[in-house]
Amino acid sequence: MKKLGNGLLTSVVALGMAFSTQASAEEVVNVFNWSDYIDEEILAEFEKETGIKVVYDVFDSNDVLETKLLAGSSGYDVVVPSGTFLSRQIQAGVFQKLDQTKLTNNANLWDVVTERVEKYDPGNAYSINYMWGTTGIGYNVDMIKERLGVERIDSWDVVFNPEKLAKLKDCGVYLLDASDEIIPAALNYLGKNPDSHDKADIKAAEDLLMTIRPYVQKFHSSENISALANGDICLSVGWSGDILQSRDRAAEADNGVTVEYAIPNEGALMWFDQMAIPADAGNVDNAHKFINYILRDDVMAKASNYVYYANGNLPSQKLLEEDVIGDPAIYPDSGTMQKLYTLTPYEPKIQRVVTRAWSKIKSGS
Amino acid sequence: MDRKFGRFLLIGLPYFWLLVLFLVPFGIVFKISLSDVAIAIPPYTPTFDLSAGWEGLKSLISGLDFENYIWLTEDDIYWKSYLSSLRIAGISTILTLLVGYPLAYSMAKAPSEWRPTLLMLIILPFWTSFLIRVYAWIGILKTEGLLNQLLMFVGVVDEPLQILNTDTAVYIGIVYSYLPFMVLPLYSALEKLDGSLLEAAQDLGCTSIEAFWKVTFPLSMPGVIAGSFLVFIPAIGEFVIPDLLGGSDTKMIGKTLWAEFFSNRDWPVASAVAVLLLLLLIIPIVLFQNQQERAQEAEK
Repeated sequence: MKKLGNGLLTSVVALGMAFSTQASAEEVVNVFNWSDYIDEEILAEFEKETGIKVVYDVFDSNDVLETKLLAGSSGYDVVVPSGTFLSRQIQAGVFQKLDQTKLTNNANLWDVVTERVEKYDPGNAYSINYMWGTTGIGYNVDMIKERLGVERIDSWDVVFNPEKLAKLKDCGVYLLDASDEIIPAALNYLGKNPDSHDKADIKAAEDLLMTIRPYVQKFHSSENISALANGDICLSVGWSGDILQSRDRAAEADNGVTVEYAIPNEGALMWFDQMAIPADAGNVDNAHKFINYILRDDVMAKASNYVYYANGNLPSQKLLEEDVIGDPAIYPDSGTMQKLYTLTPYEPKIQRVVTRAWSKIKSGS
Repeated sequence: MDRKFGRFLLIGLPYFWLLVLFLVPFGIVFKISLSDVAIAIPPYTPTFDLSAGWEGLKSLISGLDFENYIWLTEDDIYWKSYLSSLRIAGISTILTLLVGYPLAYSMAKAPSEWRPTLLMLIILPFWTSFLIRVYAWIGILKTEGLLNQLLMFVGVVDEPLQILNTDTAVYIGIVYSYLPFMVLPLYSALEKLDGSLLEAAQDLGCTSIEAFWKVTFPLSMPGVIAGSFLVFIPAIGEFVIPDLLGGSDTKMIGKTLWAEFFSNRDWPVASAVAVLLLLLLIIPIVLFQNQQERAQEAEK
């Protein structure tokens, strides 16, 4: 009861503060980022340091972000699209160029990442890298061992070979609901260029995916975290950090589930989530301050230590905890890095073909 | 004079409402459905440029065509998902009626002092967010979920059933979510039923089952029809339930629209699908209403 009273009191005080600060034309920055993608202390510390209030909102798919941005007047000052989406959005005129003079910490950016981002954002003029990761395989160690007799997964064969995947049907398989990541993975497995924009190649990927479709229970991009952690499924193609969060949740719950993440030998997609400022942002100055704050090595290290994703900030690596910087699933060794591929956005015509193929695959007919 | 104005206002308001919140948005959607995709804000061309005035309007109209509708006929996914939506909504409506009718019937037959409480219980689920209630079904239906644990405990099944991510889960979700919309009109029809009619039927030699089919059910028809429409129409366009409970092979027009709008960024085609959906929904309803009216005329 006392707790409730306290809670009530604080909310009344908070409400009062909200009103009083509103009256003095408060400085704000409206941030739209992925869900489960920051240590919230970072936001509180930024507010304390600068006096700028952070209005923080989250999404869980690039599609939702892009639709909001393309509708115009999104009301956000800082958004975090992935590379291929960023590229198309720059073309659509969604973003403004960053004022590099205001980003005093941009020397911290890691050239390994900025060079690859060039493909989406030439000259890194519109965006800075927030986090990056890979799209690989998350699996339940015991269930896989029981059914396939292997200790660990190291090849896409387990996903794209129907005979193998069939053995996992009873324990549950999820794929990401992201055509632009699964189709390239299939092309990569077939030994073709994963970044192919050729109709015949897309068709080949579709044919391959149709052979494994009967063994896939669901296509979803965020449910796999809890499904893997609870032991509801035994394999999911997913994003590195999500699978690692799932691994941690299972370990914390101590429910006898062990989740592991694999970047297969054949290679995997390397993707980048980039911070950018919409052209119609209302608080451009504050947005730059926020991005500059994120560019600090201690801030970025704190974020990565919390969400288990690698970042594009070189000096922050000294400040990372050993289970982040030392984990090859997060920071792959240079041999694996060589095998990671990047993608370019599809043109509208080929995008239609891809989406059509994808809905056929998903519906299984 | 004043009375006339009052009546005008009374009739005018709903029409104004319809105009602003239905016809105008429909006009916008229809216009987008005639446009072409573009990489821009907003993601289609041509857009309406007010400052260009009459010339702008002319160039706007010349830029529109029915290409997107032709595209829809070339691909069977839209027809398939529309038919599949009809099937899922139809079966769900029948199931909801089967569950809802006994419920409404027993409510109407309950002692009158209980009825407000029973009515309250039907409305109670609305106090919790729809989304949370659908999520709760995930916990019940999943392989390791409550239902499977119960079934295994009782010994009905040896292996957990795969219910979540199938059409069965979608039916369960729709029946659960829309049940109040079926029960309430049924209840109001059944409650008004004159008990002496049943007595008369029994006096004339009907068994109580015959009396139900000859008297009660026909008299509750308005409730059955209203309830069925209230379930069927929103169920066709349902997106949340098939997305959360259904499998990836559950085809529904709502999901197809979502994919077209968000994943494909193809607002024009998405709008064309929406316009067609509306037409396909309105035509059977109008036909049905015409037929009802004619039937009523014939009775007179």
